[in-house]
Amino acid sequence: MSAHAPPLWRALRRLAARLGFAFALVMIVSPAILVFLWMLSLSLKSEIDNIAYPPVFVPSAPTLANYAQVFETGSFPRYLLNSFLVTGGATLLALLVGVPAGYGIAKAKAYRLAIVVLIARITPNLSYLIPLFIVFQFLGLAGTLYPLLITHLVITVPIVVWVMIGFFETLHPDLEEAALIDGATVWQSFRYIALPLARPGIVVAAILAFIFSWNNFIFGVVLAGRETRTLPVAVYNVLTFEQISWGPLAAAALLVTLPVLILTVVIQREIVTGLTAGGVKA
Amino acid sequence: MTRRRSYLRFIMPAMIIVLAVIIFPWIFTLYMSAHDWKVTGTRAFVGLANYTALATDERFLWALARTLYYAALAVILPLVLGTVAALIFHRRFPLRGLLRGIFILPMMATPVAVALVWTMMFHPQLGVLNYLLSLVGLPAQLWVFDPGTVIPSLVMVETWQWTPLVMLIVLGGLAALPVEPFESARLDGASAWQSFRHITFPLVLPFLMVAAIIRTIDAIKSFDLIYVISQGGPGTASETINIYLYLQAFAFYNIGYASAVVAVFFVVIVALALCLLYVRQRAQWA
Repeated sequence: MSAHAPPLWRALRRLAARLGFAFALVMIVSPAILVFLWMLSLSLKSEIDNIAYPPVFVPSAPTLANYAQVFETGSFPRYLLNSFLVTGGATLLALLVGVPAGYGIAKAKAYRLAIVVLIARITPNLSYLIPLFIVFQFLGLAGTLYPLLITHLVITVPIVVWVMIGFFETLHPDLEEAALIDGATVWQSFRYIALPLARPGIVVAAILAFIFSWNNFIFGVVLAGRETRTLPVAVYNVLTFEQISWGPLAAAALLVTLPVLILTVVIQREIVTGLTAGGVKA
Repeated sequence: MTRRRSYLRFIMPAMIIVLAVIIFPWIFTLYMSAHDWKVTGTRAFVGLANYTALATDERFLWALARTLYYAALAVILPLVLGTVAALIFHRRFPLRGLLRGIFILPMMATPVAVALVWTMMFHPQLGVLNYLLSLVGLPAQLWVFDPGTVIPSLVMVETWQWTPLVMLIVLGGLAALPVEPFESARLDGASAWQSFRHITFPLVLPFLMVAAIIRTIDAIKSFDLIYVISQGGPGTASETINIYLYLQAFAFYNIGYASAVVAVFFVVIVALALCLLYVRQRAQWA
């Protein structure tokens, strides 16, 4: 019936369908972006603008004073360094042991081990925290970064292993078979054939491990002392114990999550691949 | 065979770490749960007493009920919205990649950071949410400051945060759909709704199941958002099992009792995980 409709009518209908789709798209994407824009707005406004009602959306006189205050108070640089040490260390260690493990599991088809990794990924973080907390107390490691780094392995190792299993499974076995027949050892075939081919997978695994370790809050809340807080813990403590105003708080919150936001937008394709390989392709 | 054994050697270093930081804590938790164990050092073997105490602990049972309420809402809403979003992102349009990147920002962003911003947005006098309500003529809400609305408010944040994950899972399902049924349906004159209802929906159902189980697991163990925004309050109105567990262990220092909570919690989560594996396998055969 639409084939017999007049051309103008058809064009109008197509336009209406397009507009409807655009509207739905805006509706579904805008909450995601607006919260972050509001965060940015809060961080760039003076305190007067921030407690104004009705709220001021676009800063009348944008200022970086809030950011300056974040860097001046509360040893922000130290917490930044702590976060980088803990997250960087836990990610590197996880890659070191997790990439070969993913390879071994994929090659030996040791899927029972994969299930352990899966269960580890979905159990509540608190369930590791209580026993490890007792052990760290016993070992006298409190007050150092080691307890944090070690517990962050609970996050990073399963992610890396899981993503790498997926990548090594899709790797074509022909090249490796040929190398093995030519007398290469299993280690050589991993080191010189599989590893270079899996580089994109390693990048994805590293990024996801880094992000989820960077974001972790609960381990730091329990295990970190005054000097060993990571950024998320530091930002939260600023709120509760110093009753600081909205501007600096929003600035601090944005600074904490900025590396993650930038990574996500810049390499969203790789992140989507990694998440669907890891979380979905069970 | 020997080659398999040499592949297994690749797993050893990771296995040692998994044993130390994952398997050992599980076993040690079970051991502690059979003791009256305080951080101060007192400990005595009590057998299953911690578990039987849980069965009559009203605060625990309320936390359990609240967790189920929270999880039910925090599964259904992201599932519905995520499916809608996946249908939108399944189409081709300009800037699709960039917009998809923006859409998944909430799930990647640091939970504490977004929770702090939502706390400011929830503020009853100065918050932007009540202002937005006033624009459309709705009365101001107390949001997370009222025992009756705290859980739906938290679920709103959780939905905002985790709808993207459901979208990604369903989008993966849509990408794997065969083309033929849709073409023959269109030739037979099926409407868009009919082809969604009778072709798309049944085919992506396994993916929806996977999304539902992952969401259920994540919603049950939700911690950061609740801890930062409401701390389980007002009173105990948003105290879920995970918050209760945290309080028992690190505020009241009842390590043994908290370990028993962990064990119960663990059983629930693993049961859900087994459902996930079962559904996955079904999905692969289908």
